[in-house]
Amino acid sequence: MGSFIARRSLQSLVALAGLIVLVFFAARLTGSPADLYLPIDASVEARQAFNEKHGFNDPLTEQFGRFLVDLARFDLGHSIRKDRPALEVVLEAIPTTLALAAVTMTLAVAGAILVGSLAARRPGGAVDRLGSTLSLAAASAPDFWVAISAILLFAVALGWLPTSGMGTFWHWIMPVGVLLIRPFGILVQVVRGSMLGALSAPYVKTARAKGIRERTVVFVHALRNGLLPVITVAGDQAAGIVNGAVIVETIFGWPGIGKLMIDSIIQRDFAVIQASILVTAAIIFAMNIVIDLAYGLLDPRVRHA
Amino acid sequence: MSGHLLEVTDLAIRFGTTGGGVQAVDGISFHLDRGETLAILGESGSGKSVSASAIMAILDCPPGRIARGSILFEGRDLLSLPESERRRLNGERIAMIFQDTLAHLNPVYSVGWQIAETLQAHKGLSAREARAEAVRLMESVGIPEPASRANDYPHQFSGGQRQRLMIAMAMALKPALLVADEPTTALDVTVQAQILDLLREARDSTAMGMLLITHDLGVVADIADRVAVMYQGRIVETGPVREVLGNPQHSYTQRLLSAVPGREPPPARPPVADLPVFEARELTKHFPITGGLFRRPTGEAVRAVDGVSLTLRRGETLGIVGESGSGKSTLARMLLRLEEPTSGAILFEGKDVSSLAGPELLSFRRRVQVVFQDPFASLDPRMRVAEIIAEPWTIHRDVLPRARWNARIAELLSLVGLRPEHAARYPHQFSGGQRQRIAIARALALEPEIVICDEAVSALDVSIQAQILALLDQLQRAMGLAYLFIAHDLPVVRQIADRVAVMQRGRIVEQGPCEEVFERPQHPYTRALLAASPVPDPDAQAERRKARRELAGV
Repeated sequence: MGSFIARRSLQSLVALAGLIVLVFFAARLTGSPADLYLPIDASVEARQAFNEKHGFNDPLTEQFGRFLVDLARFDLGHSIRKDRPALEVVLEAIPTTLALAAVTMTLAVAGAILVGSLAARRPGGAVDRLGSTLSLAAASAPDFWVAISAILLFAVALGWLPTSGMGTFWHWIMPVGVLLIRPFGILVQVVRGSMLGALSAPYVKTARAKGIRERTVVFVHALRNGLLPVITVAGDQAAGIVNGAVIVETIFGWPGIGKLMIDSIIQRDFAVIQASILVTAAIIFAMNIVIDLAYGLLDPRVRHA
Repeated sequence: MSGHLLEVTDLAIRFGTTGGGVQAVDGISFHLDRGETLAILGESGSGKSVSASAIMAILDCPPGRIARGSILFEGRDLLSLPESERRRLNGERIAMIFQDTLAHLNPVYSVGWQIAETLQAHKGLSAREARAEAVRLMESVGIPEPASRANDYPHQFSGGQRQRLMIAMAMALKPALLVADEPTTALDVTVQAQILDLLREARDSTAMGMLLITHDLGVVADIADRVAVMYQGRIVETGPVREVLGNPQHSYTQRLLSAVPGREPPPARPPVADLPVFEARELTKHFPITGGLFRRPTGEAVRAVDGVSLTLRRGETLGIVGESGSGKSTLARMLLRLEEPTSGAILFEGKDVSSLAGPELLSFRRRVQVVFQDPFASLDPRMRVAEIIAEPWTIHRDVLPRARWNARIAELLSLVGLRPEHAARYPHQFSGGQRQRIAIARALALEPEIVICDEAVSALDVSIQAQILALLDQLQRAMGLAYLFIAHDLPVVRQIADRVAVMQRGRIVEQGPCEEVFERPQHPYTRALLAASPVPDPDAQAERRKARRELAGV
């Protein structure tokens, strides 16, 4: 177990190193920040001074070297836009996104397990047909359209919910609702498929031959086996949200990492771009390790392999 | 109302819905009393397992449907009981054990939990009480260190132990009826004998009725009181075991009995010249065990094959017998050069096989062919039979000009007892025996000198097995093939082999001419294997059981 975590962490570090190189140079392809932060008629001297101050005049390799040295001290640079340490800005936005992702995924997984299992219990039955149709629609609905339509309907026309921002319980309903649709739709289909397999497995016959109640057969015997592929897909969907629910956060003015990333790319705030990508990458690597551990927790055969 | 424990009357089960569909079980009637064992004997597709599922109310509906009939258990019709009442009988009054125990035990729960679950579900025991009882049950079926092993999972037990656990689970509440669906089928003979002993004990100590579903005449002879022979959904013959096996009335039962290998003295074998073609010298294969952060070898190894020397002569059949894990298949893979030996040498016509390369290796591959056990897995489901047979010719281009392929495919199909028009079909359109014929035709396409048969008839019903054995024998006589015939079934090997080598834990413990090894076994392991191998004769089987007990020192 310990050696497994160590091995996976090592692999993650290698991937992270590659990402660091990529992010540093890709960020600088967006153009010069001086064009954005100085008045349009700023003098050549002023531009020089700005670039000098932020170190943009040095050769790229030198800038990269400095970046690495700072990184080793967990210093991810300074935000030009906010005039604060970049890491501080990022760490402020992360919990907001994580909370959104956690609430969304909990609801999506729980709902999908219920609907998917009931659908698999009677393939071709009413729950199955309704669930399959709705989940297909949900999985294929474009989220920006759903988000804007929801604002128009619930916030503008009916006035039931706030249009954007966060703070009260009511602020959560639309972002969570919109974000939830796709993972829920996909997960219902995954749960249905894997539960169909699990429910026709020989050990389910054994459970029935033991006279176990049907509810226990489905939600204890079959579900724990059927959950394995669900975890993989749920982890993937959760990573998608953590990685910046860019559109939803932007539309609903949710001050999370997705919105921060978009803003800093538009503003050429290199340090914040780098910091936010590195931090989210680290979180996603950690999530992947947790998913692998969850596999082992659910399936002893993985644990002993 | 009759006093029988179980009475099935005119039971018919259909598969498939409207219009078409198959009558899997076509009006069968039988009864079973307390303390008695009734065997339902039949080959695959005869409807025996479907009948058992109907009794347990675990038939997949749809597509299965009980068309008519009644199943009386202790005087009550199981088919008309309300669902919840029916469920409560399962596990408590009626229990079942299955064939493939790895698949039938839930892989993600500990075995102790799974046994305790039955007790909790029916008796309302607390988790602690149920667990203590589960440990006691595990001990009673002979699982060593039951208290700690109760926390282990099904995959951590051997096949024999898993069946013991299944029996513990089934016997937990001392049911009145035990349905045993092929309980020993995938097990080694020595383990099979132990499980049958355990079942006999369980039956005799609780006076339960046992309904044994099996295809194995030897198992029937060993444990059953009466037997019902099923064929194509009907019971064609029923009666006491001694009568049915000793003096079968129905032509199907007669055919079945005559197909059992080893009933008659093996046919005389053509003489074999002393021309070694294949030779293994001190062959070993060790699989290193790895561990730690960088998966470095720990220095320990699994010794799959451990110093095996053997010789295969031109035109002869060398049988390799042994139980699962004895290294038979690893040996075959090394001889085929699919696996590199750890040490030792393989000589083909005097040349070291590991040194072969290029055209020489190609020629070796052509001359040594293989037929695998599972004809469902070894044929590509998306290729037509013609493509399967012709594929070797696309690799070995000099064997046959393309213009003659179709004619040769037709010839090969006739040779293995299929029809030329079968060439256009796909594997799923054939039965298991027919598929094995296709696999043999593919092996023969390159006109090999040696065919390695790795459990080539093990997955087949006895009547089909007899046909394939006859086919192999006929091909050998016509083409002068040499067979390396790997099997766990001793009578089969005795019927087809000239010489036999007995493998145990990676080593050959005894080898020699067939008759000598089978009639005068020297090694204790060979003797144990022979004593555990059941014969379809209740009296001879009782003798063997006694001999086996004496060997074991009971």
